[in-house]
Amino acid sequence: MPDNKNRQFLDFEKPVKEIFDEIEKLKQTEEKTKVDLSDSIKKLEDQVIEKRKNITSNLTAWQKVQLSRHPDRPYTLKYIQKMTTNFVELFGDRNVKDDKAIVGGFAQIEGETVMLIGHQKGINTKMRQLRNFGMANPEGYRKALRLMKLAEKFNKPIVTLIDTPGAYPGMEAEERGQGEAIARNIYEMMRLKVPVICVIIGEGASGGALGIGVGDRIFMLENSWYTVISPENCSSILWRSWEMKEKAAEELKLTSDYMHKFGLVDTIVPEPLGGAHWNYDEAANNLKNQIIATLRELEQIPAEDRINQRIEKFSKMGFWDEVAS
Amino acid sequence: MAKNEEDFSANLAGEDGQSEESKSSWFKRIKKGILTTTSEKKETPEGLWAKCPECNYISTVTELKENLFVCPKCNYHHRIGSSEYFDIIFDNGEHNVMFENIRSKDFLHFTDLKPYQKRLEETWKKTDLTDSIRVASGKVDGEDFIIACMDFEFIGGSLGSVMGERISRAVDYAIEHKTPLMIICKSGGARMMESAFSLMQLAKVSGKLSQLTDAKIPYISFLTDPSFGGISASFGMLGDLNIAEPGALIGFAGPRVIKETIKKDLPEGFQRSEFLLEHGFLDFIIDRKALKERLSTLLVLFKG
Repeated sequence: MPDNKNRQFLDFEKPVKEIFDEIEKLKQTEEKTKVDLSDSIKKLEDQVIEKRKNITSNLTAWQKVQLSRHPDRPYTLKYIQKMTTNFVELFGDRNVKDDKAIVGGFAQIEGETVMLIGHQKGINTKMRQLRNFGMANPEGYRKALRLMKLAEKFNKPIVTLIDTPGAYPGMEAEERGQGEAIARNIYEMMRLKVPVICVIIGEGASGGALGIGVGDRIFMLENSWYTVISPENCSSILWRSWEMKEKAAEELKLTSDYMHKFGLVDTIVPEPLGGAHWNYDEAANNLKNQIIATLRELEQIPAEDRINQRIEKFSKMGFWDEVAS
Repeated sequence: MAKNEEDFSANLAGEDGQSEESKSSWFKRIKKGILTTTSEKKETPEGLWAKCPECNYISTVTELKENLFVCPKCNYHHRIGSSEYFDIIFDNGEHNVMFENIRSKDFLHFTDLKPYQKRLEETWKKTDLTDSIRVASGKVDGEDFIIACMDFEFIGGSLGSVMGERISRAVDYAIEHKTPLMIICKSGGARMMESAFSLMQLAKVSGKLSQLTDAKIPYISFLTDPSFGGISASFGMLGDLNIAEPGALIGFAGPRVIKETIKKDLPEGFQRSEFLLEHGFLDFIIDRKALKERLSTLLVLFKG
């Protein structure tokens, strides 16, 4: 987690930045003059908490999309580091290469072995490129499936962490069957004999998200989003302009509260005040507790019933009228 | 293959998505393929002409229809709809259409350039279709067969809740009657006006197809021009056999998006059926005129 001096601020987070600047000034004055200003500093720090609360309680859909892409937001490996012990990362799809946009491996959560798989974004410019901005190629999805089958073989539950602006739209991705890779994952995940929990931790765009997103329970972090297309691309196709992304985000109803209301996700995992980037420990702990409780519940269900319930769960999704014929 | 790059994602917006230039020039094909519905075609007066967008060969519509809407000169496969495919594949064209009573609704109150509900009503009025896919049962050389066929004319053949539900019911029907199923894909991708619900149809249909697998009933995915996005990322690529018409554009990301991403022109033939066959994603490519006979052979093979 960045310390307060190195934090990055989105436009609507600026009020917090201003208080931070004031605190910093007071601290410098305190050092220079040796006058005790701790009371004033404490007051300002309380204001920060208050501001963090205010900011996230009144966000537009587009602002939530921005928050889900916050440069300080924790990514998959951070959650794995905070939630688990004995993590051993496993690489490669055994076919083409190792896709750095999807990571995975065995680890223990409270002593129980779990297969963790997730999209990984980079934390700086160089790493962002290496991770391809969390946009996986077919081999990423095939690596994920290989690891899921490995987990199934040894009867270990699977947790996937989703954070992608979409599967990579490149030429080689098409040559190697991006569509087929995602389709195969969706199909195979539907039939996995072990419990599967999927968590949208940041961005959940399109088939790129669903490619590791079929499970018994679907969670969304409070400030994440999940839908069929990114607001930018939706704007470009439906409005024929890149300028309507805010409106597209609004219309898509892609935030966790809507998704929960629609019954498309089961649980919203609360984030620290102001968003997960304010406190990695708290964010990871909230998620960990939810995963443990849900695994306990899922492990009670016989495998075959669990698969049938999973198919049934997705079969119900959709809305239509039945007119008299 | 067609040199003019077509932006089929525009059809997902329900508009023709054409630039002003193409609208104003005269004698220029605005839309590819035959878009006149079969019911209207019965009234075809003599002397109506159709031009092949590929080789510019001009034939009468009657001639083209007799040739199953395949250009007699260059074998270009014109885009056709579900009625035409049902006529071509089922014995004597006889078939029974099912699940037409399942209709789209604007559950999310989605408004882009116009409200989704209005778009639906206009499309219902403009076409004789109830949604972007029709399911029918019939016989192929005496063997029972079910086809779910998309209509590109209905909001770009987009994948929404109704398509998901109609395919799901087609799968149930196939299991109940132990009848093989084919989905004819022709779609630009997801119906964005249904947001996450349209995405979840990928999972929904894939789950249903796994039940078809358990029942050991053959499923054929027949990909025609174009088959994109959520179609290829789910049931389009999950056939026991994946087959395609010649020259069809098939892929996950559309050519326009890829071009914008890599900032390079795409090579000739990229994402065409022949390209997919070469890369190992299709079992075979089949001409429309040989389709019925091949299906008939397959049904015998699966049965014997």
